[in-house]
Amino acid sequence: MSAAPRPGVAVVAFPGSNDDGDAVLALEGLGANSFAVWHGEPALPPADAVVLPGGFSYGDYLRCGAIARFSPVMAAVRDFAAQGGPVLGICNGFQILCEAGLLPGVLRPNRTLRFVCRDVALRVEEAAAPFTSRCEAGQRLVIPVKHGEGCYFAPPDLLAELEAHGQVVLRYAPGENPNGAVDDIAGVRNRAGNVLGLMPHPEHAVDSLLGSADGALVLGSLVDFARDRLLAAAPQPAGARP
Amino acid sequence: MRATVLVRPKAGILDPQGEAVRGGLDHLGFRVREARVGRVIDLELEAGSAEEARAALEKMCRTLLANPLIESYEIVLDSEGAG
Amino acid sequence: MAPVAQQPLHRALGLTDWEFDRICELLGRAPNDFELAVFSLLWSEHCGYKHSALLLKRFPTSGPAVLQGPGENAGVVDAGEGLAVAFKVESHNHPSAVEPFQGSATGVGGILRDVVAMGARPVALLDSLRFGELEDEHQGWMFSRAVAGVGHYGNCTGVPTVGGECVFDARYAGNCLVNAMCVGLLPADRVTRASMSGPGNLVVLYGATTGRDGIGGASVLASAELSATGEDKRPTVQVGDPFTGKKLIEASLELVEGGLVESLQDCGAAGLASSLAEMASKGGAGVDVHLDRVPLRETGMEPWEIMISESQERMVAVVEPGRLGEVEAVCAKWELPCTAIGEVTATGHLRCFAGGEPVGDIPARLLTDEAPRYRVEMRPRALERPVAAPVSPAAPDQLLRLLGSPNVASRAWVYTQYDQLVQSRTVRRPGLDAAVLRLRPSNRGLAVSLDGCGRLASLDPRAGGSLAVLEAARNVACAGGRPLAVTDCLNFGNPEKPEIAWELAEAIEGMALACEALGLPVVSGNVSLYNETDGRAIHPTPVVGCVGLVPDVRRVPGAWREGAAIYLAGAPELRLDGSEYQALLLGGPSGRPASPDLAAEAALVAFLAGIAPFSSCVHDASEGGLAVCLAECAIAAGFGAELELGWEDPVALFGEGGGQAIVAGHPGEIQTVAARHGVPLRKLGAAGGGVLLGIPVQELRAAYDSALPEALG
Repeated sequence: MSAAPRPGVAVVAFPGSNDDGDAVLALEGLGANSFAVWHGEPALPPADAVVLPGGFSYGDYLRCGAIARFSPVMAAVRDFAAQGGPVLGICNGFQILCEAGLLPGVLRPNRTLRFVCRDVALRVEEAAAPFTSRCEAGQRLVIPVKHGEGCYFAPPDLLAELEAHGQVVLRYAPGENPNGAVDDIAGVRNRAGNVLGLMPHPEHAVDSLLGSADGALVLGSLVDFARDRLLAAAPQPAGARP
Repeated sequence: MRATVLVRPKAGILDPQGEAVRGGLDHLGFRVREARVGRVIDLELEAGSAEEARAALEKMCRTLLANPLIESYEIVLDSEGAG
Repeated sequence: MAPVAQQPLHRALGLTDWEFDRICELLGRAPNDFELAVFSLLWSEHCGYKHSALLLKRFPTSGPAVLQGPGENAGVVDAGEGLAVAFKVESHNHPSAVEPFQGSATGVGGILRDVVAMGARPVALLDSLRFGELEDEHQGWMFSRAVAGVGHYGNCTGVPTVGGECVFDARYAGNCLVNAMCVGLLPADRVTRASMSGPGNLVVLYGATTGRDGIGGASVLASAELSATGEDKRPTVQVGDPFTGKKLIEASLELVEGGLVESLQDCGAAGLASSLAEMASKGGAGVDVHLDRVPLRETGMEPWEIMISESQERMVAVVEPGRLGEVEAVCAKWELPCTAIGEVTATGHLRCFAGGEPVGDIPARLLTDEAPRYRVEMRPRALERPVAAPVSPAAPDQLLRLLGSPNVASRAWVYTQYDQLVQSRTVRRPGLDAAVLRLRPSNRGLAVSLDGCGRLASLDPRAGGSLAVLEAARNVACAGGRPLAVTDCLNFGNPEKPEIAWELAEAIEGMALACEALGLPVVSGNVSLYNETDGRAIHPTPVVGCVGLVPDVRRVPGAWREGAAIYLAGAPELRLDGSEYQALLLGGPSGRPASPDLAAEAALVAFLAGIAPFSSCVHDASEGGLAVCLAECAIAAGFGAELELGWEDPVALFGEGGGQAIVAGHPGEIQTVAARHGVPLRKLGAAGGGVLLGIPVQELRAAYDSALPEALG
């Protein structure tokens, strides 16, 4: 490892989060200083990026993400995003961001009505910071999914808007759609581009020993972006760095 | 004929979903003693009479719509004022 | 608990007259109703193992790596480098027969808490499922719901489900088997035990609130045959709450890691009655418990209901009084109720109070150590004679039919419903043989498998018992693991029938002999008896979980490589008796499987573990024999092999019962290691080409992949 500074990446842990530890492990391996933040915290510690991990926050009861979005820390996440801070929601994190209105659309139960855990091939639609700068447009990535409610849905007018503004960042490759998502959408970002939600789990694809290392391209892009923010903000004293 | 079936967790059966909803409401400052989550099934069926419809609905509930081991059900026929 | 009319209460509770008299003799008085209810549960087969305890003594249970043998919530073995592995398999058969989704979900919840009670973090789940044949739509529905239930609990709690097995046989149609195994990791010097000590220490109940779940449920139910007319025996179904289960796991581990608890126990079958009696008895202590302090979910619960409730997601801890505040803070963080319900005493008695008034007083050891141990009456059954092998040669379409049999076909339909990846340890995912979990940050790993034997055991229970152990160990070895220890679940019929008792004893003998040959201790286990419907028992079904150590997870075999030399290791006596081939094509089961040569089997296991790091593929033959084994290798690789193997001999291609495995790699290494272990080798050919045994690999794959999705939708 070079002496490049390690940007802070906060991983928010809700009751029922499962992949928080995996996300911290993956981000640490990619050069971040990553730490878990308990959902009950009223504020975020200083951080250059925020990740909402996968799992079953509040058991996914009522609707996935519906209860978690009211967690105290979510107000701080909202502020962080409003000030341009990069926020990545993975699986349940994606669901929470949709419920919180930070991302457009909703995630519905899989078409099969069954949970699905397997590797899927994705196509990178937009290769740009903060989440896919290490990729090339059209690149094929293999990253696992594991979810029961990952069927992305948006009404036609919203879909047209998403396409028009390049907000569809990742799509399932032809024939790979594991959940019936509309237009094979696997990951979308907000209009400003600093909030991304995706159903596949890049934190479970950072080591070819465990299957694939393609997820490192996504998380590594986030770490790169967070490091740039850290360097840009270097003279400032400690405190939240939105 | 239109009918609505309300399926609820039976009294005494643990309802994890209701408990999580109660907790969530509590965090938002709503003081709720108990929350139970069931489901609503709206149906449109062919039936010659209300009695016939009710008999069919009873059977649907027992065999498919509700799990009689853990759920109770309530049938509301449209003519009886289902919302 | 209104007694059934004209029947003494003790009989309604499932106690015999002799047992009732024995209770009076031990107590020196007649028990009150509360005490009788507690005795009836602790002396049930489910808690007291009264028909199996003497037989289970046959198992070897010690060894240099054993940190905790049977008798605790789970067994623990030393995995080296300061790490230990806790694991156990347990049945949840009867609750799953009543309600497959909740039954299997709560089965997973229970085994998770058993491992957590040892102070271990659960890192893997495996499940062994046996149902009736899928042509019966109801069985398909039951099976689908059980799979969904297993997934529901494991997925929500963040523990990967990485292996197991599923078997479809008409003999399980009335009595499905749902066995779940959990593997956990802990520091070797921090084994937590369920033993009360230190009078004055507090007994703390934390987790979910208590309702009338499973009152007279699992325990009584597990001791009575299911009957088609047994509507009134249907218990209140226990509903699993994996969200609370997940919080309970995290809170428990935080308590253990903070050194805040002296002892932990899952509140499982027979609820507080069993937890408190076992903890007190093991520690030679007593306990005073105030049942009115237990946080309740329902109103109007009687003290006895609170005492025996099987509400899920609860744990009991022993806490020093000065640490109660810290314990409460941890539970508050995880939003779990936490209440000091009693204290440890020096009386040796389990004393229960409600509203300050005593409701029961029983010396704890009477409930555990004095539970009856029956020497079961056995009636040996003469084994059938081996069936003559068919004279007609085997044919390619037979292989395709076997690959499309639900008992052989790809399990992807099942395991893709399970999160196999959470916790970032899964080096080798479910599919063939054993899964491998990395012991990160090191490059060592664990290989884990769960395998049972039913049909072969029905023909020869002793051979079946051995085969279950051998299969589990061989699967671990195929993944490069050196087997450390095993756990077992014995699923049988009514042991009060002499022929069933004999099956049980024979299977245990066979398992013990195989364990001795392999040098493997049995460190934990569970017994599920009375698996009968309308007088007809299931196949005798021993299920064995094995954990092994993989020296280097970077060298775990997978699919064979182009050009690799393919060898068949092992030369056991094979028969079609009890095989999948016989069941599918000839009708059966009938005949008698060969008795395994245990010395040769042990050598094969050692050889497979030794050669695995040097091989691209190691896979043993099980259901469907050598032909299916080769086909599975080809399907995994996506290409076939040139083999010197013809279709003449169906026994060689499809026979079962003995250990043999395919090993693909460099001839020199394979020959050297095989010679060292004295394992016979036969070169079959080399990997490459699109065909296996004359059949295009795509055709093999189509048959293999489509069977379960087509049967289950």
